[in-house]
Amino acid sequence: MAQMNMKEAIRDALRVELNRDANVLLFGEDVGNVGGVFRATEGLQKEFGEERVFDTPLAESAIGGLAFGLGIQGFRPVAEIQFVGFIFEALDQILVQAARLRYRSGGRYNAPVVFRTPFGGGVKAAELHTDSLEGLIAQTPGIKLVIPSNPYDAKGLMISAIRDNDPVFYMEHLNLYHAFRAEVPDGEYTVELGKANIVKEGSDVTIIAYGLMVHTAVKAAEELEKTKGIKAEVIDLRTLVPLDIDTIVASIKKTNRAIVVQEAQKSAGMAAEIIAQINEKAILHLEAPVLRVAGPDTVYPFAQIEDQWLPSPARVITAVNKVLEF
Amino acid sequence: MSKVPYEVYTEEVDTLSVLSPDGEIVNKEKLPDLTDDQLKEIMYRMVFTRTWDDRAVNLGRQGRLGFYAPVSGQEATMVGSEFALEKEDFVCPGYRDMPQIVWHGLPLYQAFLYSRGHQHGGEIPQGVNVLMPQIIIGAQILHAMGIAMGYKLRKQKQVVITYTGDGGSSEGDFYEGLNYAGVYKLPVIFFVQNNGYAITTPFSKQTAALSIAHKAVAAGITGVKVDGMDVLAVIKAVQEAAERGRNGEGATLIEAVTYRFRPHSLSDDASKYRTKEEEGQWNEKDPIARLAKYLEKKGLWTDEDTARVKEEAKAKVNEQIKKAEQTEKMTVAGLIDSMFETTPKHLEEQKADFQ
Repeated sequence: MAQMNMKEAIRDALRVELNRDANVLLFGEDVGNVGGVFRATEGLQKEFGEERVFDTPLAESAIGGLAFGLGIQGFRPVAEIQFVGFIFEALDQILVQAARLRYRSGGRYNAPVVFRTPFGGGVKAAELHTDSLEGLIAQTPGIKLVIPSNPYDAKGLMISAIRDNDPVFYMEHLNLYHAFRAEVPDGEYTVELGKANIVKEGSDVTIIAYGLMVHTAVKAAEELEKTKGIKAEVIDLRTLVPLDIDTIVASIKKTNRAIVVQEAQKSAGMAAEIIAQINEKAILHLEAPVLRVAGPDTVYPFAQIEDQWLPSPARVITAVNKVLEF
Repeated sequence: MSKVPYEVYTEEVDTLSVLSPDGEIVNKEKLPDLTDDQLKEIMYRMVFTRTWDDRAVNLGRQGRLGFYAPVSGQEATMVGSEFALEKEDFVCPGYRDMPQIVWHGLPLYQAFLYSRGHQHGGEIPQGVNVLMPQIIIGAQILHAMGIAMGYKLRKQKQVVITYTGDGGSSEGDFYEGLNYAGVYKLPVIFFVQNNGYAITTPFSKQTAALSIAHKAVAAGITGVKVDGMDVLAVIKAVQEAAERGRNGEGATLIEAVTYRFRPHSLSDDASKYRTKEEEGQWNEKDPIARLAKYLEKKGLWTDEDTARVKEEAKAKVNEQIKKAEQTEKMTVAGLIDSMFETTPKHLEEQKADFQ
């Protein structure tokens, strides 16, 4: 087993699938020759050739349409949108054309497409490079949504996403690409879409998170345990659509208290949806309202104040204290 | 290639035309190579399509169809462009382009089901290489480009044709699609039916370009302008474009100048934006009358043939609309099950609200 960071794990997943299935294609802006602006696909064009790993002209809607058309032809395209804010240019192709294809054709056609995009704050990037737009995707029927938090999951989820016969939107947190290394098995393995992971067990409160916020939640949980002996259970959702509500409910039955941590703005996002489902399925097990730790309802800020804007372990601890003291 | 001074300009292009309005061949060199039976088949399809359109407008008024975009006037572009291709070629239609996908193999009753808002309307039979009509103007241009890349990667000789209108040629997706097709040298035909109006907006407000065909220049692909009321010119232009595609010579943009005799849809009133005089001028260019004159001179067609085809078309439309009406209704459970290959648990649970 090799030690890899998340970026290398994603590249390894792409290599495994390019090797396994001749229908897998990789493309996007700067994806081929240099391997992407983050070098996530570095070396793959050299290994698999320019017909399978290639650069596109700079036009995101066309990247989406190209993926759609190749999917019709039986290919399994992995299309990169260079930064998350650029998906606005491609939303019709992703959220309308690919996500509705199975429905519109009565099941005759499907879109076995993966749309990859980096996102997430804290790296002092330019405007519209770091927004958390998962809420837009999650409320659209017909597309799955994956956000890994670590190298092992990133590889296994990517392989699952490529093999899935429905469109998958796969978001890669910029601050996790090089954050740490972990053991990643060689060759192929999958992490099932729609299955959450309990990354830290606990009995006093449930902290639900995904992406980078899993690490923020774990930091807060460790601090709470060390200073106050509070045992928080941390759930890493891994897949937002489909959402593993069963794991969340099972945890709440044990802890009776929960908070949701997301980097996205507070209103009408994943946290709101998760709390609505908790309300439907576990309200009698709750001793306190479920709180959200999130960005404020503003546009994602310029770099100067992003560290204050983003949820921190301290804000998670404050929210945990509130639900424990309720 | 000759150079012009540093200010870019281009000349007007000629319109490809083969058949004059009175049915005379005016361009022998570009006369497509068609047998008498093929000529009669083209005429049959055009008359059939006109009759189907007449009936569909009535069915719409009776509430037996939903959204319907009339096609009369555009039979030469619709029937001709499809006829010029092989069954193995792929068709990506815009919302008005139902005739092309029906002549390419979609059963007529499914076209009616699509109009009636039934999912089975889009369930294209296996072996029929078409997409469902596209509602988002221009999205299909990118799909065609992607499908064409599939043929190229698999080293197959098929080509893809996609349709839009003069309005569609203003969309970003139009330029993106042409540009990608140019870069990757894809076997695709971008067929623009310039009928003069994007719903109500006239072509004069759509572009300052000398023609839509000129837009090919920026993408480095071939651009062609053709008389869209002349089915033989349309067939020739598409045949040449398909040959370019099959020979690995890349994409073609075809602008076919045509006219829709009817309003944009059944809820549109064309008198608000078109004059009777203009409509009259275009009626005189009727593509069906034009081909009929040519075929009559060749002794291949008579008024009786037209009358016979109309009766056949009416009978077929009646039978197919009944079949559409008798098709079992969609269910919410069925809709839920068409979201994903395997219905996830949360959607499975939501079915309970509709049982």
